[in-house]
Amino acid sequence: MTAAIELRDVHKRFGDLQALSGIDLVVRQGEFFGLLGPNGAGKTTLISVLAGLVRADRGSARIMGYDVRADYRAARRSLGVVPQELVFDPFFTVRETLRIQSGYFGMRDNGAWIEEVMQHLDLESKAEVNMRALSGGMKRRVLVAQALVHKPPVIVLDEPTAGVDVELRQALWQFIQRLNRDGHTIVLTTHYLEEAEALCERIAMLKQGRVVALDSTSNLLKRVHHLFLRLRLVGELPAELRALEHGSAATGHVLRLKGFDDVEQTLACIRKAGCRIEEMELMQPDLEDVFVDVMQRS
Amino acid sequence: MSGFPTLLYKEVLRFWKVSTQTIGAPVLTAALFLFIFGHVMEGRVRMYDAIPYAAFLVPGLVMMSLLQNAFANSSSSLIQSKITGNIIFVLLPPVAYWEFFAAYVLAAVVRGMVVGAAVLLVTLPFVEIGFRHPLWIVAFAFSGSAVLGALGMIAGIWAEKIDQVASFQNFLIMPLTFLSGVFYSIHSLPAFWQKLSHFNPFFYMIDGFRYGFFGVSDVDPFQSLAVATVFLGVVSGLTLALLRSGYKLRH
Repeated sequence: MTAAIELRDVHKRFGDLQALSGIDLVVRQGEFFGLLGPNGAGKTTLISVLAGLVRADRGSARIMGYDVRADYRAARRSLGVVPQELVFDPFFTVRETLRIQSGYFGMRDNGAWIEEVMQHLDLESKAEVNMRALSGGMKRRVLVAQALVHKPPVIVLDEPTAGVDVELRQALWQFIQRLNRDGHTIVLTTHYLEEAEALCERIAMLKQGRVVALDSTSNLLKRVHHLFLRLRLVGELPAELRALEHGSAATGHVLRLKGFDDVEQTLACIRKAGCRIEEMELMQPDLEDVFVDVMQRS
Repeated sequence: MSGFPTLLYKEVLRFWKVSTQTIGAPVLTAALFLFIFGHVMEGRVRMYDAIPYAAFLVPGLVMMSLLQNAFANSSSSLIQSKITGNIIFVLLPPVAYWEFFAAYVLAAVVRGMVVGAAVLLVTLPFVEIGFRHPLWIVAFAFSGSAVLGALGMIAGIWAEKIDQVASFQNFLIMPLTFLSGVFYSIHSLPAFWQKLSHFNPFFYMIDGFRYGFFGVSDVDPFQSLAVATVFLGVVSGLTLALLRSGYKLRH
């Protein structure tokens, strides 16, 4: 089956900055894919290459098998992008914005789908409101709607939940998950790693323009073998355990342990020191731990 | 199906929604020019021996407003979209570079023509002018607004700040229109300035446009149309080359 996204040896330099240094990446059709990395890792540049906003110096990018340069019409028809910046055209209402966006893709009688998208994003009551008068969250919804007007098989969301309240975030993810179930390929960049962990089947981590990790989310989580023990004690944490301390939370001390075997020793040490445990919780590493680990190693 | 009709529609709707500023304001400016200059100069000069100054002035003012507004339409639309970032809405869809060009230039032509027609309508009750050769009027109105629409695109693509577009307008477009014979016949100029005027392509547009009204002009209208057409070709070629290369739009 044709890959939804195929990037081969993609390089891009902006002056002195090497933004992308040989990206090879394949996203399969129907995947919910995460693209993670610290600020400046090249995520947005990579998305811009796919969208035709940035031209790669070397290498090729394909969407649904269509080259983004040679076959740009078919490639762009296959792609919907929700940009990171909260941009809007202040001259138009929400409905006008969506109709116009649809027309750019050559779709004239698209009213039914536009209404459906507005309904799912809870935009119906704002349909005749000028874009200028919308709140930030509402503008974000319109950006999502604009990316979907032409029913693209591949949807890229560049930090769609930055600065978005919990309610919209949940509504947005429900809608995006539904699109994914309907067969759309979703590529997501986010700084909220718990979102990526919950939603993405596979994840690529970028650092300084390179892919430094690429695996299924469950395999990535297995990479980190340590676990965390959160304790609230009556009395001081024994000195020999201080080296294990992984930052202290308001709810007590968090110790980083190599494995389950260490739990018993730790508890014994606390008992010996005459401390009493008020509260205890054993925590598995999450994607954030994997992320920190990968970034430090590479 | 292509995105061209929608892009054209959007560009026209954009200026239509703020018509007080995009149509009303230039009409008021042109009317003030006519009343003040027409009043001061009336009875003192006759152009081409027979035409009262105010009547002579009207086609010049119409063309000046048309040219300046055609330029303002494409340049301001592009620079605003670039600065606010909403230019990506037209860069993400499968719109070809020549569709992009055609839509912005045609919208500029529409704006230029609408403003020109409005200036004409407002000034007509105060002067007596004929419409000797309407086809020439239309030909120069179209070619003139298309040239300025394309120049506006170049300015909008090149500029990174609004004041750069303003510089383009104030230091290039304004002097070229004011020195093109809007307010005078170049035959009333000293020989040197008369010669220099022949290097100003805007002079031919205004002269040819005026020929359409009075049937008299400083140079042959066919020569003027040839100059306007060649200028349009050159400016369009340059704009298309910029768009095709993605200059300052696709990095």
